Amino acid sequence: MDTKVSGSISEKPKLTVRDLNFYYGSFHALKHIHLDIPERKVTAFIGPSGCGKSTLLRVFNRMFELYPDQRAEGSVTLDGEDILSKKLDVSLVRAKIGMVFQKPTPFPMSIYDNIAFGVRLFETLPRAEMDERVEWALKKAALWNEVKDKLNQNGSSLSGGQQQRLCIARGIAIKPEVLLLDEPCSALDPISTGKIEELIHELKVDYTVMIVTHNMQQAARCSDYTAYMYLGDLVEFGPTSELFMKPKKKDTEDYITGRFG
Amino acid sequence: MSFATLSAAKMAQHRHRKRINVLALVLSLSAMAFGLFWLAWILFETLRLGLGGMALAVFTEMTPPPLASTGGLANAIFGSMLMVSLATALGTPIGVMAGVYLAEYGQTTWLGRVTQFISDILLSAPSIVIGLFVYSAVVAHLRSYSAFAGILALALIVIPVVIRTTENMLSLIPNALREAAYALGTPKWKVISSVTLKAARAGVITGILLALARIAGETAPLLFTALSNQFWSADLSGPMASLPVTIFKFAMSPYENWRDLAWAGVLIITMGVLALNILARVLFRNKY
Repeated sequence: MDTKVSGSISEKPKLTVRDLNFYYGSFHALKHIHLDIPERKVTAFIGPSGCGKSTLLRVFNRMFELYPDQRAEGSVTLDGEDILSKKLDVSLVRAKIGMVFQKPTPFPMSIYDNIAFGVRLFETLPRAEMDERVEWALKKAALWNEVKDKLNQNGSSLSGGQQQRLCIARGIAIKPEVLLLDEPCSALDPISTGKIEELIHELKVDYTVMIVTHNMQQAARCSDYTAYMYLGDLVEFGPTSELFMKPKKKDTEDYITGRFG
Repeated sequence: MSFATLSAAKMAQHRHRKRINVLALVLSLSAMAFGLFWLAWILFETLRLGLGGMALAVFTEMTPPPLASTGGLANAIFGSMLMVSLATALGTPIGVMAGVYLAEYGQTTWLGRVTQFISDILLSAPSIVIGLFVYSAVVAHLRSYSAFAGILALALIVIPVVIRTTENMLSLIPNALREAAYALGTPKWKVISSVTLKAARAGVITGILLALARIAGETAPLLFTALSNQFWSADLSGPMASLPVTIFKFAMSPYENWRDLAWAGVLIITMGVLALNILARVLFRNKY
């Protein structure tokens, strides 16, 4: 890990990370990260717990700013614009870079309003158009058929897997450009997981998707690029097939073959 | 494998655990029975003595002078309802907003900690102290007892209760829910008003009801502020009758008619608070 890994790609990068350092108080959680995230591809982040992959995702939509003792140094640009800049309103960053979390978090309101909530923040739509948008988002998240007759029910009345797809629908309803998924399937059964993986495949047509996962098969199945992280370092980054078939580093190979981690 | 083959040591341990289980169950059941016994007795006595004084006149006639054979509590019921609802209306927004400040903004700030400390002191302050404070701060200056002073004293009791419950209920809301709302680009005020406060709604309302129930029966803060009034009055700048003060005055009196009315008053307060609690529970049950 002494050599700095530069995650560069041949395609046009959507998100560019340059010399990113992150601190929880005095703890140095991300160390000199250089990375290019390709546009309209799925990039997976793998690595043992505590390696900083979730932390990295939380930098991309400035979620860390909610906690005063956390800080990021360096630059992250979206289409060339520095998103860590204090001058840029954090709400606008989050409108472009959406996030879905590990545990489903339906808002205390109806299924319909759960989806419409985020849309209403940035758009004033007539009722009919809002209905269309809600339907579109729920269809995208493969949830429409299960909830179309109970849109007025409370979001928390759904099962865990449905709630997570509701959260994904909520995230895509505001039409972000980048979608961050932080272990979106870790609390789900295999059937729900399968649906969400299919969904990820469809999402990359329109969105740049980043996914943190502990599940190596999941990373191999649904990502185009994979980044392996360890102790705050980006160890290896490359096309998923290459990283899994012939990793350049011994550490990566040990991790993906289960000898370590 | 059969259960008989479990070793003797394991069986002994198992029996020991079962004995402790039975003991704990008996202790907690008797604790519950002890509490329930007094509650049932209080309710029974309230009903027994209160129903005796209950009549239509209680709701239509004014508080009688001594030795009168008729009379009611109409002015006291009205005064109590007016002062309690205005005090709740005054104290609730202040309490909820202060609670929101403590839970969502001021947790780590110096001002937040001081506010929390003062609110906790106010919460445990004896109500007679609050009554005397309002007396010296308002009544003594204006040289007049007034319903307004009574409302102020009651509101001072409502505020810390609502602050505490609002803050507690909001801190029970998992941070994951807040993060999910922020992740959509929601501004902070909107996260609080539409998501966290809504999720904590049932608890916050319970807190408001607890505060309301408490001030409905408070006598001490009204004794030196709203005083009492033998007649019907809706004038907030003058003395006003209230149920607790009337009960206090009537219950200790040598006149039987007064004592009967005092018990009727006790029954009305108890039933009123009970009805309000049931109503709120029904209204807000399982709703988001």
